[in-house]
Amino acid sequence: MLARRIIPCLDVANGRVVKGIHFESLRDAGDPVEQGAHYDAEGADELVFLDIAASYESRSTTLDMVSRVADRLFIPFTVGGGIRTVEDAGRVLRAGADKVAINTAAVRDPGLVRRLADSFGSQCVVVAVDSRRVEGRDVVMVTGGREPTDRDAVEWAADLEERGAGEVLLTSMDRDGTLSGYDLALTSAVASAVRIPVIASGGAGKLEDLADALAAGAHGVLAASIFHFRGSSLPEARAYLKSRGYPVRP
Amino acid sequence: MIVVVDYGVNNLASVVRALGATGHEVTLSPDPEVVGRASRVVMPGVGHFKQAAENLGRSGLGDAVREVSASGRPVLGICLGLQLFFARSEEAPDVPGLGLLAGEVVKFRTDLHVPHVGWARVDPTPAGKRHAAAAALFEGEPPFFYHVHSYHPDAVPEADVLGTADYGEVFPTLVGHGNVLGAQFHPEKSQKAGLALLDAFARWNP
Repeated sequence: MLARRIIPCLDVANGRVVKGIHFESLRDAGDPVEQGAHYDAEGADELVFLDIAASYESRSTTLDMVSRVADRLFIPFTVGGGIRTVEDAGRVLRAGADKVAINTAAVRDPGLVRRLADSFGSQCVVVAVDSRRVEGRDVVMVTGGREPTDRDAVEWAADLEERGAGEVLLTSMDRDGTLSGYDLALTSAVASAVRIPVIASGGAGKLEDLADALAAGAHGVLAASIFHFRGSSLPEARAYLKSRGYPVRP
Repeated sequence: MIVVVDYGVNNLASVVRALGATGHEVTLSPDPEVVGRASRVVMPGVGHFKQAAENLGRSGLGDAVREVSASGRPVLGICLGLQLFFARSEEAPDVPGLGLLAGEVVKFRTDLHVPHVGWARVDPTPAGKRHAAAAALFEGEPPFFYHVHSYHPDAVPEADVLGTADYGEVFPTLVGHGNVLGAQFHPEKSQKAGLALLDAFARWNP
């Protein structure tokens, strides 16, 4: 029996953890190394690090940061942002990541998913799907939520599984940073369309939201705001989910 | 000195780091002589059984690990490293493993999605509760360990199975015989429970 996962997420820009609303209005949330170590010690099941600036110039700085975060972690570590090739992914994995997350690059070059899976195993390949509700459709967004695509989030997730993705990190841009709860309809639609784990993201504001996402079929819940700003601690989140009957780590 | 065997597979640095974090002296080495002289040896690994077994044979590292094991010094295998302790794996039936443990390695036969990835609860067996290095893990609620694998140990003698996990089928995930210990999961990625196991191994005098 697998434990449901509680996953704090570090959005990192210019060497700092930041957190915005609908991917904008970024607010400082600390030092990535300290935050990572804090979450590890509090019992996070995994840590996600997304380089949201991901500019070409900052690549080596980011790798250095990834390796310093990894030095203090004894849990699985996923890193995303600016990974476009198998070589990019290899560098991130050598710096200490266990999995890589890709997003825009998967949409632009869907063959990349298979190449990564063949090179590192599908368990290493997380595809982040950013979705925004537009005229009744769940539209896949790229380049940090700035550009819409013609893809439907549910169909895209199913396609990604076929291509060898190991996991889908599903973010509702509409809910991001709003603390108003995950998009449960979207989570449920994607989770029923694939057999690989779906991690719900975007909107967690209270502990009930975490349980609701699991009830909707998510295998794990990713959250930033509620943990960064210490509204809820990880031990509280675990205790709450356990009281609701979900298998979580002690 | 604990030596982590560098036999050309991935995921070695995190094992070295985790052992270091428990306060024990540890070094990574691709040199069979260094491995042969180690006070205890850890064989981690993520990758394909065939390539890994061939690397072990070609480099002389396989013989060095066998020598350490035969002399009674503690040996720990992790994930693919553990799988290589068996004589045979379905992943590469024609390529022999080291044969340090009785049993074999088979692919999951479940309808659930494979690879099995995530934190799985590990339930102790009576042998696990008695095992000098493993017993402390099983004192409270059963611990969870982080697993990433498509193959697992099978047909292991009952006395050698220390802990099991359930993923569509119950399989041995912590095994041991004499001075040999093996985890199908990743202690280096399993936070407190994992660090406790690595620390227990580093102090273990079988």
